[in-house]
Amino acid sequence: MLNIVWPIFIIISFSYAIFSGNVQNLNSSIFESIESAVNLSITMLGTMCLWSGIINIASNTSIIQKINKILKPIIRFLFPEIKENIKAQNEISMNMVANILGLGNAATPLGLKAMESLQKENRNKKELSNSMIMLIVLNTASIQIIPTTIIAIRSSLQSANPTSIIFPVWIATICAATAGILVTKILIKYSNKGKKT
Amino acid sequence: MIEVINFVSNLAMPLIILIIVIYGLVEKKEIFDVFIEGAKDGIKIIINIFPTLIGLFLAVGTLRSSGVIDIVINFLEPILNLINFPSEIMPLAILRPISGSSSIAIATDIMKQFGVDSQIGMMASVIMGATETTLYTIAVYSSSVKIKKTRFVLIAALTADIVGIITSVVVCRFLS
Repeated sequence: MLNIVWPIFIIISFSYAIFSGNVQNLNSSIFESIESAVNLSITMLGTMCLWSGIINIASNTSIIQKINKILKPIIRFLFPEIKENIKAQNEISMNMVANILGLGNAATPLGLKAMESLQKENRNKKELSNSMIMLIVLNTASIQIIPTTIIAIRSSLQSANPTSIIFPVWIATICAATAGILVTKILIKYSNKGKKT
Repeated sequence: MIEVINFVSNLAMPLIILIIVIYGLVEKKEIFDVFIEGAKDGIKIIINIFPTLIGLFLAVGTLRSSGVIDIVINFLEPILNLINFPSEIMPLAILRPISGSSSIAIATDIMKQFGVDSQIGMMASVIMGATETTLYTIAVYSSSVKIKKTRFVLIAALTADIVGIITSVVVCRFLS
């Protein structure tokens, strides 16, 4: 995907900037972008190592089995192909828990660990497996109980009721996740059919 | 109310770490060794995704600074007007899946301009709370396992985003 999208983005924006005399803006944004990518990676390096370590402790204790028991029906329905892969199941449950609690910083490392485990049993290593796609879609839908970032922004802008958005966010995020899961399930079915014939 | 929620969300992370560490101790694992072993994996994952981040941030940053995004917004405006989508929200709806930092900037801007508790301000807040930076998530997750063929993940994730954004708008209209 990015092999096509990325060059298109670059070519369009660079030529448009030159054409519209916006080169100075473009020039400074190149360095700003690289800098923010580096900053993000350094911040993420810390949280990544922290949560990879914590999940490793968790997956060596029985707490993970308890969480799994609760989430099992959901995981079975969403990831029917990894019944045998307990390690991936563990990591996906922890990723879900982190997402639901609104711990975005923790959810990403846990999700990426799950990707690693899913890749190990992926039949075609160059293509996303069905389970990987489901995991990514779940993470882009961001189901969370408390949308912390936006509440913080709202209270910094002196909202009379910063938390009033929680309920609407629940409705929107559940609709988004349901739509994502549904489309993914349908497309998985469709692509499986295509392979058989 | 806000104090309670702040307290709960501040408590969530420390509490999880505490519970896991206590569990490890009770079940007599050598938890520091286990922690270190796991933390090493974190470095590998970051090294895998770092080049992707540079490339992606460059592309999105230049799209915005060159003014291409503004053209796209102008182009889409009449279409979205047809379905009665509020045009004030549109820049946010378009940027939300592509760039996390610029969508936060735009959402803050919208809330300042129209009032944080106005209908438009609420819509911007709910969209921010209910959706994610889809393109970034897909790129980071795929590149962490060095996969380039992403099949239909973009379609599925963008459908979720569109449904999330439209629901946000509808719910806020309904509430006020």
